[in-house]
Parts: sequence; C-alpha cells; structure tokens
Amino acid sequence: MTLSGLFQIALYLTVLLLLVKPLGGYMARIYLGQPVLLNRVFGRLEVWLYRLSGIDAAAAMSWRQYTVSLLVFNAIGLLAVLALQRLQAGLPLNPQQFPAVSWDSAFNTAASFASNTNWQGYSGETTLSYLTQMLGLSVQNFLSAATGMAVLVALVRGFSARNADTIGNFWVDMTRGTVYILLPLSLVLAPLLVWQGVVQTLSPYQEVRLMEAAEYRQTQADSGTVKTPATGRQTLALGPVAAQVAIKQLGTNGGGFFNVNSAHPFENPTPLANFLELLAILLIPAALCYTFGVMMGDTRQGWLILSAMVLLFVPLLLLTVYFEQQGNPVLSALQVDQSLGGMQTGGNMEGKEVRFGIVNSALWATATTAASNGSVNAMMDSFTPLGGLIPMWLMQLGEVVFGGVGSGLYGMLIFAVIAVFIAGLMIGRTPEYLGKKIEAFEIKMAALVILIPPFLVLGGTAIAVMTDAGKAGLFNPGAHGFSEALYAFSSAGNNNGSAFGGLSANTPFYNGVLGIIMLIARFGLIVPVLAIAGSLAAKKIVPFGQGTLPTHTPLFLLLLIMIVLMVGALTFVPALALGPIAEQLQLMADH
Amino acid sequence: MTTCLKPALVLFMLMTLLTGVIYPLTVSVIAQLAFPFQANGSIVRDGQGQAQGSVLIGQGFISPGYFWSRPSATSPYPYNAAASSGSNLGPSNPALAEAVKQRVAALNGSRPGKVPVDLVTASASGLDPHISPAAAEFQVERVANARNLPVKTVQELVTRHIEPRQLGVLGEPRVNVLLLNRALAGLSGATEGNE
Repeated sequence: MTLSGLFQIALYLTVLLLLVKPLGGYMARIYLGQPVLLNRVFGRLEVWLYRLSGIDAAAAMSWRQYTVSLLVFNAIGLLAVLALQRLQAGLPLNPQQFPAVSWDSAFNTAASFASNTNWQGYSGETTLSYLTQMLGLSVQNFLSAATGMAVLVALVRGFSARNADTIGNFWVDMTRGTVYILLPLSLVLAPLLVWQGVVQTLSPYQEVRLMEAAEYRQTQADSGTVKTPATGRQTLALGPVAAQVAIKQLGTNGGGFFNVNSAHPFENPTPLANFLELLAILLIPAALCYTFGVMMGDTRQGWLILSAMVLLFVPLLLLTVYFEQQGNPVLSALQVDQSLGGMQTGGNMEGKEVRFGIVNSALWATATTAASNGSVNAMMDSFTPLGGLIPMWLMQLGEVVFGGVGSGLYGMLIFAVIAVFIAGLMIGRTPEYLGKKIEAFEIKMAALVILIPPFLVLGGTAIAVMTDAGKAGLFNPGAHGFSEALYAFSSAGNNNGSAFGGLSANTPFYNGVLGIIMLIARFGLIVPVLAIAGSLAAKKIVPFGQGTLPTHTPLFLLLLIMIVLMVGALTFVPALALGPIAEQLQLMADH
Repeated sequence: MTTCLKPALVLFMLMTLLTGVIYPLTVSVIAQLAFPFQANGSIVRDGQGQAQGSVLIGQGFISPGYFWSRPSATSPYPYNAAASSGSNLGPSNPALAEAVKQRVAALNGSRPGKVPVDLVTASASGLDPHISPAAAEFQVERVANARNLPVKTVQELVTRHIEPRQLGVLGEPRVNVLLLNRALAGLSGATEGNE
C-alpha cells in the first residue's frame, strides 16, 4: 500500500473518532430528554407530532407494549412501500412512466427497506418512480434507522433502570431519533453531496447527443445474429438522489437510487463525496457507543465497546486492501499491467471506478459490511476471492462491528452478555453486566439473538444450492457461484443488503425467500432483545463486588473480541471453505 | 394492539410527510438555488448549446483519433446511462479472461506492450468517466498519429488533464475522457482552421 493510501485510511478513522464524542453526547441528551439547541427549531414540531397522533409522550411502556407498538408501526411501513410500488403507474411523479412492480419484487423491496437491510432486488433507475423512491424508500430509510436506535435505547434503559416495569416510550424514541438526529444530519449532508455533483431534481431523464456516435456490435443469444445499433444519444437517469443518498448512508440503509448504487457517478461523484459518505456510514454506529456510555453513567463501558469494534475493523480493512491490490493472477498472464505506480493504482480493477481506485473501494467494502450498510462503490462479485471473503465474514459476524444504527450496538451488547456468562462459568460466579445479574432468561434470549442469523444464512444457502430455482440465479461458474449464494444469504440474514451483484435475485424464489429471511433477521432479533430489556429493567442493581468481572478492562476487551471471532469463525469457516477459499486455491493452482 | 393502531397510523403519515415530502423538497430547493449545475447533472454543451453529455458520466469512443474510455458492461450497449451496471464477472470466470484477452489484443494493435489494467477491465458503474493517467499515456501515440498532431502536443494536453487527488489527499489521480476529447477536438479544430 502506498503512503497516500495509508494516509487516507488514517485520516478517515481520525475524523470518524473525533466525531464520536460530540455526536454521541448529543444523542445521549436527545434520548435522555434533556434540552438541546435544536429544540428551538424542532421543539414545536415534536409536540405537534405527538398531539396530532394522540400520543402521551410522558407515558412509559412495558417491554411488551414497546414491542407491539414497534411491530405495528413497522408493519404499516412495509405495507406502504408495497402499495406504492404496486400503484406507482397511476400515481404522480413518474416521469419515465414505469409500470407497477411485480408482486414478488415489491414484497422483497418492502421487506428489505422495512428491515433496514436495503437489499436491492430491483434496479432503481429502470423500475421505481420518483414518488416510490421518495415516499417509500426514503421514508423507510429514516424510520427503520430510527427504529433500530429506539431498540438500542430501550436495551440501555433496561441496564440503567432499577426495579422498573417500563423501558421508555417507542413513539417518543422513534420521533426524537428522526427529528433531532437523522433529519438534521441529512439536511447537512445532502447539500454537500449536491455540491460535489450528486443530482437532485424532479425533472425527467435528460437526453444528450454523444460526442461520437458509436456503433456497437451486439450478438443476440437466441438467433446468433449480429446487430449494430447506432447509439448517437445517451439518456442520463436523474432524480431526487442527494436527499436519498444522505439518509441511505446515515441510517446504515444502503439501498441505492441507481442499480450500481454508490458506484454510480450521480450517487458518488468525487473522492470527497466518497469520503463524506464513508463518514456518514460509520458515524452514528460509532457515536452510539459513547451515547451508551453516557446513558450508563460510565463512559468507559462505551469506549470499551468502541475499541472492540475498531480493533476488529482495522486489520480486516488492511487485509482487504492488500488482497485487492495484489490483482488477479489470471490477468497477469495476459499482458496486463496491474502494478501500483504513480500513474495508476493497478490491482484488481474489474468492477472498480478509477476515481476510487483500490484503497477507497476496499475501505468502502469493509466499512459497509462492518456496518450493516448495503451500499457498494465497487462490484463485490468481481473482488478477488479473499478480498471478497472479508466483507462476507464481517456480515457473518452478526453485524456487530459497528453494525447498523442501533442494531449493531445492541448486537454487540448481547455478545457482551454472552462474554460475561462464559467468564462467569470459568470462575464459577453468577455473571453480572453493568450491575445487572445475567440469569437463565437473559441467556436464553441472547442465545436466540446469536443463533438465528447463522441458521438463516446457512439454511438459506443450503436451500438455494439444492434447488433448481436457487441454482438458476447463480451467474459465475464453480466455487464463485456458491459464494454468490452464500453472500446473498449472509447479507439478508444479517440485514446488510450488500450483494455479489451477478446473482439474478429478482426471481420469485430469491425475492420470496430473501424477503422472509430479512424480516426474521430483523424482528426475530428485536423481540428477544426487548425481552431482555424488560427483564433487566425489573432487576435491582447489584453493587460492584469482589466476584464481579470488571467490563472496562483490556482483559474483557480481549474476551469480547475472542467471543465474536470464535462464534463467527466456528459457524462459517466450513461454508467459506467451499466458496472463496476453494476459489483462491483454484486460482493459485492455475497460475 | 388496537390501542396503538391509531397513533401508529397517524404518526406514520406525518413522518412520511416530513421525511418523504418536506425533506426532499427542501433539499431540492437548496440544490437548485445553490448548485444548479451539479443538481441537474453537470451537463456540458457544445458550441451550439446542444447538451453533449455530463462531466460525471462516461461516453464510449471508438475512432483512433479519440481517447478511449474503459470497457463498460451496461446493456444492451456500453455506456447506457439509463441502466448502470458492472460486469459482475468473478476473478476466476473464464469469460473474464477471454474478454480481457480480446481487449488487450485490440489495444496492442496500435501499441505493443503491457496494457494498464483499468483500460481492459469493466468499471463498476459501466459509466466511469475517468481513465488512469497511465491509460491516457498509453493512447497518446495512437491519437497523435490519427490526428496528424505532434506527439508532444497531445502529451501536453494529457498532462494538463490529469486531475490530482482531491484536496491533495483523497481518491486517485485520473483523467476525464470526455473533457480530454473535447479539448482534443478543439485543438484539431483550431489547427485545421489555421491551415
């Protein structure tokens, strides 16, 4: 790696970590209901939202009420996205006159955006009207993110409360997260992106006359005839993109306005835009660690969790850069110059953009899969076998290395619960975390949270590679084809949304199965997490005693990292051996 | 369940209004007032005012007198800006090796030797407006010969069109093919005019 590459990575991590404390502290004030400066701007709006909806903001909810409210609210969101897609042909703001989306694709996309996965079974610029993008997808980008943050805050309240039978008010948490956190940040980011070249218009697609009217040979698969269509014109897909891209990154959503997502120059036009979007991707997940510390009254606990995330992230990032920079051995044999020099970045450039090169493509791939942000700025399917293995494994770790907004941290806290439990077994004491006794009920629920995603990922992959409908979607031959299926289910089963794009996923089989998996992976985990929150809230706080394992020390940091790695490795190494590892061995043997 | 249905429905509709209508329209207004050129697609025009393309979206070039862009995997033809797409070919896919082999052969027709990797691999978007400085360098001789221009003139034009890292730090050095070819056409036009 060049000095410039290292410097870009260091700069990114530095700016990110510098923002953790100010934003994290601000978010803590929001969720603790303390006054902030933005009250003057949005305070009246907030009160007005509660009044019109008939919500008593002062009434706290039991974990059951909280869960039901959350599920009903998200179900409405899912149905709204479904309806918009089915009805878009007759609705306004459809300048390209797109027809209704098929039932299976509409269900898949609705499940995808309601579950904060943002898997793209559809191709944005050829399928969805501006209205569907704005009223359907953008809205879910906000609300699913605010939902994830609400669940986290409820869990933290479970730890900090004593002898309480409530964990907060879902309506208030969701509203405050949207109005005071996601919306203001988006309003800052979106104009910056437009400045860099991201489009933001409601005008129809623009036609331009090309500089050179090129003719292209085109072989038709069925008849074998050769056509030479003259394409003297280019139609530029446009749309209200910047507004959607801003929240797509901030809310760890990732569903693109266009088919190729953030590789599209109108979604991610310059290296600076790329930097800002990358910051937005990890910003809230990282800052929430500090929020958690403040809400617990012990910021060391938050810094410990953040340290674990950074220590897992950085080595995997550097490895991805390394593997992609090595290039493709197949091309080395073909008079292709893949070397790194002052005039080119070299490396594996298939499916990458010149303005991003290797470093920013690899950084994006690891940041988005560490967070559960499904966006891509390079085509993951064309990554080297090992360069693609790391993003896949980051998803399989359960999306706890930063993870989705809220969901990443509540996932990591569940791993911390497992860690104190295992440590408790080793020293023969009742485990405690953050002053709360961890007992059978919590461990049962935590086990569900840890086990459901691998079950969905491995079970789904197995079904896909054993059925004709599943195998029909595979694009690349051999071990790489298996990787495509494994990647898809890793993505859906952990609510990421990233894809090996060659997979033909817009079929009834994949739309249906992946849609159901995304919903289970999201809400099947939220319910046990909220159950833990309710159970913990009812407990008393045990004072720190001689038998208590301190959870802010390097020892616990190491333990937590080891548990995350062990669960991830033991569960997925056999499957990874059949895909990327087999492909790598094959490449090495052939060249 | 029924008690939370009303607040859920009303709050959802209000939030839709806020985040799905007011928010994007606010951004649109700011964008159109502050950055109208970028907000509408960074469109450049020719001498007659005809839209000639977007600075940010690549175009395909095929004649030897132009600098060529990277291969594009969009369908049904390359550089289709209404349907972005990468090739999604895996590193071990024989189709990738075959495609690269043909591209190398086509480029080696005008200049033997190793070809810069970005010039023979499909971009992620299929719309990459840039090539690496090495890929531009590789084509200088061909372009100069086809246009009967001194190699040095074309070389200087390329050097002027190398965009450095943004703010000196971010991204990678690159050359915008459309802007380079526009300058090239201007150059030839001026030369012809003088003769």
